[in-house]
Amino acid sequence: MVDVLKGIAASDGIAIAKTYMLIEPDLTFTKKSVEDSESEIQRITDALAKAKEELSLIRENAAKSLGEEEAQVFDAHLMVLSDPDLIGTVESNIKDNKVNAESALQEATDTFISIFEGMEDNPYMQERAADIKDVRKRVLAHLLGVKLPSPSTIDEEVIVIAHDLTPSDTAQLNRKYVKAFVTDIGGRTSHSAIMARSLEIPAIVGSKDITSRVVDGDEIIVDGLEGQVFIKPDADTINTYSVKAEEFENQKAEWEKLKEEDTVTADGKHIELAANIGTPKDLDGVHNNGAEAVGLYRTEFLYMDSSDFPTEDDQYTAYKTVLESMGEKPVVVRTMDIGGDKELPYLDLPHEMNPFLGYRAIRISLNESDMFRTQLRALLRASVHGNLRIMFPMIATLGEFREAKAILLEEKENLIKDGVEVSDSIQVGIMIEIPAAAVIADKFAKEVDFFSIGTNDLIQYTMAADRMNERVSYLYQPYNPSILRLIKNVIDSAHKEGKWAGMCGEMAGDQTAVPLLLGLGLDEFSMSASSVLKTRSLMKTLDSTKMAELADRAINECDTAEEVVGLVEEYLK
Amino acid sequence: MEKREFHIVAETGIHARPATLLVQSASKYNSDINLEYKGKSVNLKSIMGVMSLGVGQGADVTISAEGADEAEAISGIAETMKKEGLSE
Repeated sequence: MVDVLKGIAASDGIAIAKTYMLIEPDLTFTKKSVEDSESEIQRITDALAKAKEELSLIRENAAKSLGEEEAQVFDAHLMVLSDPDLIGTVESNIKDNKVNAESALQEATDTFISIFEGMEDNPYMQERAADIKDVRKRVLAHLLGVKLPSPSTIDEEVIVIAHDLTPSDTAQLNRKYVKAFVTDIGGRTSHSAIMARSLEIPAIVGSKDITSRVVDGDEIIVDGLEGQVFIKPDADTINTYSVKAEEFENQKAEWEKLKEEDTVTADGKHIELAANIGTPKDLDGVHNNGAEAVGLYRTEFLYMDSSDFPTEDDQYTAYKTVLESMGEKPVVVRTMDIGGDKELPYLDLPHEMNPFLGYRAIRISLNESDMFRTQLRALLRASVHGNLRIMFPMIATLGEFREAKAILLEEKENLIKDGVEVSDSIQVGIMIEIPAAAVIADKFAKEVDFFSIGTNDLIQYTMAADRMNERVSYLYQPYNPSILRLIKNVIDSAHKEGKWAGMCGEMAGDQTAVPLLLGLGLDEFSMSASSVLKTRSLMKTLDSTKMAELADRAINECDTAEEVVGLVEEYLK
Repeated sequence: MEKREFHIVAETGIHARPATLLVQSASKYNSDINLEYKGKSVNLKSIMGVMSLGVGQGADVTISAEGADEAEAISGIAETMKKEGLSE
């Protein structure tokens, strides 16, 4: 019997490879009294040398894959390792206090960590405490003889296994060698899942206990289509899945042929299929998958991938790159959406009980208006390089939208006064993700240029179910008639005022939801780039009049999400 | 002993990249080199020592070097200060 583990299918595809455990090893030790100081000093000297060697390699790899600037972080780490004060303190701890190297290192670094952490008026320096902890971990691992994972040095095909993957973890993964990943926690809309789709590698999240089921180097099969992991499969299973993997590749090749085509339904209606991106690096995926627009550019990565607020010029460069690369095709840029599950170390936000209901996105932007104005100026300056649309996230009230738009217009005036050229055709819209805004979409439609429905949050707020909490994940019900009615209200309200309505949540690329959304009259579908061709192929088979009838029946006749799914299946037969 | 005062103009003060560069520069010389700020003195070859001072914009610091290459050390460091926009 092959050991099978079920999880949530987060990204399509099949991979067969050895595991790479991205897991922190146990670094606990006991403080010991040691008489032979010489040998302890030798131990720490060796451990420092090995850590230095390892870090130099990581730095080299980072320079190659992420660029010289990103790699400079590791220069600071390397300097800590050869810091004469630190080494001096460790050695005198060993000699004078007769302790083992581990506790001498711990004490010496603790001193510096507490100095840095104590600089409360300087969040940047507080962050440096984390650097020292990082370096200490590496040295401790060598002292204790355990392996510390360093994903950037992977040089063979692997499947990464982790409890969870943070954005910075995923940034370190080498796309060439990482064939798939599997995590213990997470759902279809968690960061790790979205990342996997943008990297176009298969992934399974929410497997609960993969980290305790496999060890480093186990061969496994990841079936990202069905959400299954086969641990140490036999030859038969490997054969079956090699064939499946090939079939999937063939299917992808079929879709590939649609790359240059427009998206048209069976009855000839044109639909805009757009892609979601996080950084200019994702543009390759947009072009390779033939997306007709960027429907959501998540600008918070500019803030999250930086150790301080990104400057106006840095932002301008990023926006310009995206706009120029898309040419005449529209680019919807969402202003900063920090907060919720996305933290920013240098923006010192207090810990909240309910971060998803707290201080985030436009709420921060309107309060910290300097930061907001910087972003808007960068966007306005970049607007002449393409077809820019600006979108405000987390809008709950008309007041918020009016205030944000007034700031935008003010900055536009200022720039024009300074002789800067600004496009005159920038559309300004909002993300619909708070039920309050969805309910009075008719009011908003009079003032905005467009809506983009963010289903991930709209569903969690409508159902009052935290999407990070697996115990209530059954309430993530995109097909629930309540959600469909809200969406219908938003689309109808937009159309009444001659505006357009799009969707940029995961639902837009969901093969069961697409027929319903087409039937409801959605104008633009924005999804992970890897879902674009699959959806274009599906659209070709759908008749918009028939789907309108389907949507109408789903909304009026169905009581539950299950009934809606049944009805869709009936129509697609 | 060679000594020189510097007025820090860089907006970020001496941390991270500028600190790294200063330490790198100091480490090239054999002399003992110290950075003094607000009555506290640290080894300029120690990144942690330098960062622990938390030198911000507008600070006045004194750098002193003692050893065979003290004169070269001070002028080398002054050059780094200027090149990186830390001090004028």
